[in-house]
Amino acid sequence: MIDTLRLTAEEAAGLLERGEVSGDELAGAYLGAIEERDAELHAYLHVVGERGAGVPIAYKDVITTKGIPTTAGSRILEGYTPVFDSTVASRCKEARLPVIGKTNLDEFAMGSSTENSAYGPSRNPWDPERVPGGSSGGSAAAVAGGLAPWALGTDTGGSVKQPASLCGVVGLRPTYGTVSRYGIVAFASSLDQVGPITKTVRDNARLYAIVAGKDPCDSTTVELPEPVALPEGEDLTGVRVGVPREMNEAEGIAPGVSESVEAAIRLAEELGADVEETSLPRSVEYGLACYYLVAPAEASSNLARYDGVRYGHRAEGDGDLTALYARTRWEGFGAEPKRRILLGTYALSAGYYEAYYGQAQKVRTVIAQEHAAAFERFDVLVSPTSPTVAFRIGEKAEDPLAMYLSDLLTIPANMAGLPGLSIPCGLSDGLPVGLQLIGPQFSENTLFRVGHALERALDFDYVPERLR
Amino acid sequence: MSANGWEPVVGLEIHVQLKTRTKMFCRCENVWGEEPNTRTCPVCLAHPGTLPVPNRTAVEWTLKLGVALGCEIAPRALFHRKNYFYPDLPKGYQISQYDVPLASEGRFVVPGPDGDREIGIVRAHLEEDAAKTVHVGGTAGRIHGAEHSLVDFNRGGTPLVEIVTQPDIRSGEEARRFLQLLRQTVVELGISDAEMEKGSLRCDANVSVRKAGEGGFRTKTELKNMNSFKFVADGIAAEVERQVGVYESGGEVVQQTLHFDPARGTIAPLRSKEEAHDYRYFPEPDLVPVEPSAEQVAAARESVGELPGARIRRLEQELDFDLAYGLVTSGRDELFARVPGDRRAVANVLMNQLAAAGTDPAAVNGEELGKLIAARERIPRQAFLDALAASGNGDFRADRYLAEETVSDAAALDPVIDRILAANAEQVEAYRGGKAGLLGFFVGQVMKETQGKADARAVNERLREKLGN
Repeated sequence: MIDTLRLTAEEAAGLLERGEVSGDELAGAYLGAIEERDAELHAYLHVVGERGAGVPIAYKDVITTKGIPTTAGSRILEGYTPVFDSTVASRCKEARLPVIGKTNLDEFAMGSSTENSAYGPSRNPWDPERVPGGSSGGSAAAVAGGLAPWALGTDTGGSVKQPASLCGVVGLRPTYGTVSRYGIVAFASSLDQVGPITKTVRDNARLYAIVAGKDPCDSTTVELPEPVALPEGEDLTGVRVGVPREMNEAEGIAPGVSESVEAAIRLAEELGADVEETSLPRSVEYGLACYYLVAPAEASSNLARYDGVRYGHRAEGDGDLTALYARTRWEGFGAEPKRRILLGTYALSAGYYEAYYGQAQKVRTVIAQEHAAAFERFDVLVSPTSPTVAFRIGEKAEDPLAMYLSDLLTIPANMAGLPGLSIPCGLSDGLPVGLQLIGPQFSENTLFRVGHALERALDFDYVPERLR
Repeated sequence: MSANGWEPVVGLEIHVQLKTRTKMFCRCENVWGEEPNTRTCPVCLAHPGTLPVPNRTAVEWTLKLGVALGCEIAPRALFHRKNYFYPDLPKGYQISQYDVPLASEGRFVVPGPDGDREIGIVRAHLEEDAAKTVHVGGTAGRIHGAEHSLVDFNRGGTPLVEIVTQPDIRSGEEARRFLQLLRQTVVELGISDAEMEKGSLRCDANVSVRKAGEGGFRTKTELKNMNSFKFVADGIAAEVERQVGVYESGGEVVQQTLHFDPARGTIAPLRSKEEAHDYRYFPEPDLVPVEPSAEQVAAARESVGELPGARIRRLEQELDFDLAYGLVTSGRDELFARVPGDRRAVANVLMNQLAAAGTDPAAVNGEELGKLIAARERIPRQAFLDALAASGNGDFRADRYLAEETVSDAAALDPVIDRILAANAEQVEAYRGGKAGLLGFFVGQVMKETQGKADARAVNERLREKLGN
């Protein structure tokens, strides 16, 4: 009997290699778990159930899969079946990972709870009354709920790190440019990155190794400066850990979250790390505001292609071209994409560009410089991933600003193009707390090493208590 | 300078489609005239998640053109998104260049009969062409009144260079010369077919007028749809005349986009919703800046030879301006240099009979053609024309044609002439009655009868004599 709740991808690969289970049996076990629990969790929008030789994988439904519907969680792409594979999907295919299915998300990856999905919210495996986070909430819920050994999500403002945190699993947002965006339904091109969501740091490194690297189809990708190293060690001797004051003392960080994170930092010290306080004042003060200019601006342009002419939803009825566009987009987009398209169109408009988008890009440079200065003194920076643990479904749905604050701590590093790893570091009120590790560009190996050592020492049980 | 001291002020916006093997941002074949929507892929149809990858050849060719236009080459050029909705623009934005184009601040010398004119080049930037929209059921393919529209995405994503001139052009005729010279330049660079009728060279003009000596500019109009060199000259001339008329009758010119109707020579406002566009330009986040390497720029500089304008000036030393201009802008000056003989005679044959014969100048053996031209007075006219038509064949030798002789012997010509005069008694009467122009008719008849072998001078002489002059 395969315990999909407990089995790591690495263990699954071992079972397959040793011939202890077949690919069919393994994929079948996950399909069985989906059968059992996905009616409640709604992690999947589309179950494919491919059988194959490797460890099965789930994709957030912005990841284009040839012949498999890809909706981006939106009505406007209902019925759209891609004719090509995203680069990450084709790399997983080459690695012989069969597709379990496509996971739920906030529409066009815009949100922090999956409540913005046009197909209904996903639920947190730790407490189905609560959100799994977002926008890659379906992928995080699938991994935490034993419905996938590993999954890919995408992270623009924190959409891998934050749901990983809320679901008690490991999520990596890689350095911008290390994973191809070809075939990722675009939200904000200068920020979007694909990242693995896994049960362990080692699983995460394995999946990152499969998908990362330069892609001729994405001009913004680069070759990794060094190969991905699977983390082994358990001590942190000589690792310089910075604790940015603003990111650990920000208003709105729940006391239980702070306690867990502080305990993890003390543990790092015990493992040999040199821990010191530091400061990122501008990054935290301006990061969120800056993000909510850049991301909607790019989104307003990226979402222009959904016009009902070539694919996806098209409004019925007569009328001229403008009416076709207006009705199609009115019917096809939910409230959040509409809100962001409006914000972004405004920010790019003649007469406002310099004050908004232009200014935001300058602030972005300042944020990058502030981080670069910190990394002259530190190998990693730590903070909570999310200010709170998983919140109740509906709790923030009517208050976009409160929802946007969920990403307060993940956004600064994203604006600077830096990698961040979220690992579970404890529970608060029975719900997982995530620790965010941020490193300089291309420091994924360091993040894996530090994350792995802490993971061993913390000994967090990633199986949700109610499902044990 | 136009009538009554009005000076036309004209700037051109020219689009040149590059004939790269593949499109600007995807690997689709870049060809013209194929079945609609057979040269498309997820990238140029803007399927979700697709990304552009710039065509390196298109960038290098834009550098070449930039060098030929005397431009500065940007060390770090940017692509921008130009956002607007239209079915021929599948992404909802066009990838173009905005504040940092690949090439800018150039100058292009246009020789004219009264000296050189230097036309400033604001910029030459690289972008992607839109798809082609065909409006069905309206008048003349216009959107107004059409029942429905079809889009052919084959053209979508074709590399396109946009060249913007300073408002330095002072007449429709000068605009035509600038454009012909520019066309010849891009053809010689090997980067475009630049055929206006196919749309691979397109030209819009910004037109205003002002009083001589007046500083600044008056309101301009934008003139579109001038798809031949002649229409460019005619359209600008017509618009200048219209604007002068407006001012002289006490009116004001209104800023608008105008459509030139070449058939009627008239200008009408274009119905367009594009007037109030805010394109919301911002740097294309899917692409990194284009940083031409020193090697690429050096290669571009090396690949640009002597420019057509300079060659016109050089040829003008031995020919008059029109012949020099004609040879260069028709791409015949290279052959001209290879053909020995009387310069003027050679130029005339190249521009007239050889052009009419449709012979590819590049394929012609210059030495052999020189022999032929030198002998053109001696050999039958038809033999000469036949020889020109054959002169592009690889094995062409003039000797065979030079051996043919004209018939100038009166004994041979007289029976033919007599027969023709007898058969055309009416014309003979009319000629004798004073219609001297009919002589050409008789000459033509004789030539026809003798299959072009008769010597024209001899025929003229014999005819005059027989007709009693």
